[in-house]
Amino acid sequence: METVLSFLCGTLVAASIYLMLSGNLIRFIFGLVLAGNAVNLLIFVAGRLSISHPPLIPEAYGVPEMPMANALPQALILTAIVIGFALLTFVFILFYRAYQTLGTVDTESMRFAEPIERETVSDTNIMGGSNL
Amino acid sequence: MNWPLVLPIILPFAFAAVTLQFRKDFRQQQALSILGALLHCGACLYLFVKVYHNGITTTQIGNWPAPYGITIAADHLSVIMVAITGILNFSVTAYSKAEINPDLLKAGYHPLMHILIGGVCGAFLTGDLFNLYVWFEVMLMASFGLLVLDQKRHQFDGGVKYVMINLFSTLLFITGLGLLYGLTGTLNMADLHLKIQGVTDKGLLTAIAAIFMAAFGIKSGIFPLFFWLPASYHTPPVAISAIFAGLLTKVGVYAMIRMFSLVFTFDVAYTHGLLLIASILTMITGVLGAAAFNEFRRILSFHIISQVGYMVMGLALFTPLALTGSVFYILHHMIVKTNLFLISGVTRKAGGSFELAKLGGFYRSNGLPAILFFIPAFSLAGCPPLSGFWAKMILIRAGLEIQSYAVAATAAVVGLLTLYSMTKIWGEVFWKPTPKTTDPEINDQGQAANFWRLLPIIALAMLTITIGLAPEFFLKMAGQAAHELLNPDIYVKAVLGEL
Repeated sequence: METVLSFLCGTLVAASIYLMLSGNLIRFIFGLVLAGNAVNLLIFVAGRLSISHPPLIPEAYGVPEMPMANALPQALILTAIVIGFALLTFVFILFYRAYQTLGTVDTESMRFAEPIERETVSDTNIMGGSNL
Repeated sequence: MNWPLVLPIILPFAFAAVTLQFRKDFRQQQALSILGALLHCGACLYLFVKVYHNGITTTQIGNWPAPYGITIAADHLSVIMVAITGILNFSVTAYSKAEINPDLLKAGYHPLMHILIGGVCGAFLTGDLFNLYVWFEVMLMASFGLLVLDQKRHQFDGGVKYVMINLFSTLLFITGLGLLYGLTGTLNMADLHLKIQGVTDKGLLTAIAAIFMAAFGIKSGIFPLFFWLPASYHTPPVAISAIFAGLLTKVGVYAMIRMFSLVFTFDVAYTHGLLLIASILTMITGVLGAAAFNEFRRILSFHIISQVGYMVMGLALFTPLALTGSVFYILHHMIVKTNLFLISGVTRKAGGSFELAKLGGFYRSNGLPAILFFIPAFSLAGCPPLSGFWAKMILIRAGLEIQSYAVAATAAVVGLLTLYSMTKIWGEVFWKPTPKTTDPEINDQGQAANFWRLLPIIALAMLTITIGLAPEFFLKMAGQAAHELLNPDIYVKAVLGEL
């Protein structure tokens, strides 16, 4: 089971990298979602999958009476999901505002912070864009 | 609960909540924020003094014993970082009083700033890997907000790139973390140090180390992962880019130093050799990138990259002297770099632009800012007797000591090229006559000499001079930090108790 899930993780990551590198903000978000899920799955697998009892200890016992499932990976994943969800919400809004303001979702044409021209800014040639 | 240890984390969050209540009342918000930053600075310095006298101090959150609960631990490295964070936070918050306009205040500038500082301090003080991930996210979230707070076009552009690459970096971080947990079954850093010695498959560990290297490499902006930094750091208002420049990449460097001295030391020749190559290339590309630009803050942004190269170089050489140099370099750099960004704000206010070509004549018109620029700029370049000289000298000497002549030579040459960039700014902004322009872009000009604007710059410049003229104390602290980094047993014993 671990092998199958490991391959699934790998496939998800590969797909997400493909989407992230496509140079389109919308696809980047989908890539991000996929990658986030792949990583969560990875932590889950890394914590080992086993068919055993839920990690609940009866009040009468101080210690578990039989082997239990590892609860920590799930706690980690839960935290990661919550954080990931908050970040995703922010990314959606940021990209939407960026689209509204910049008028594009193509990362190649987003050159407002680092404009291509003006190697030498002089008073006469301030409008002279080079044909790069 | 060990209160001095957790106050640097709790105070900023408390003041974030308080300042949020006064979002519409600007005067009170600013006053409260400055008060909060002052208290935070005091708490950080108190923790510094406490660790200076008593050594490593730890606390277990919720009294869960060490490898199971979350540990907060302060050794010399953490406490140096926290103390400087406190100082920078106060400086920048004071500067904000002159710089930040009502729109930004209404949008929640001060609460976000406090949350950012809380996240940074949490990252410096935690002793748990997953907790470090959470602090990274807290810090990132606040920095995302701050970066696009002003809602200008170029900020959205820079912000999108910054957000993309940083989200990817945290995904890498948590991937490495998950794999490491799968191998060792623990996330406590001190416990990891012990458990990792029992792992037999070293190849797998090296792969995980490489994932961590990439994750923290993106955060700290080392070659070839730095492209987001010069794309975004020059876009937000000056106070924000100053605190980013001073703190954020250094959190990445800190995490790298922590992980590659405490956990990933099983194959130093490979991992640290890789870091050494990266550090050399980082120094060179950073400084050459800076030489190519003529915009005040973009030059400074590229210099952050080349300076990070020095810090990583100290870690990569991994000798006591090299790590001392690394810690000393971080200490010196955080102060100097923040100060330079703040000064770019002063010249921006007086000259109306960040473009070097449009500025000029400041030596004549604004003498005090000229001198205040001179101190951090030439400290950055490594001119004696300023702080940067000692930082560079220790690192170069550490390189020579173990016959790494190539890296020592690179460090020396890059120092010289840094001087070139700084003299370029000096010549263009301060020395040459004021250009006569009727540029429509030059606007929002005003009186630069303002108490709140100059106070933090003077204070940071004084600190730079102090470190330069009396480096013994700072060297001793850095040396102690290096000693603890190279002997992880001290840290492990402090966290886990007697073994």
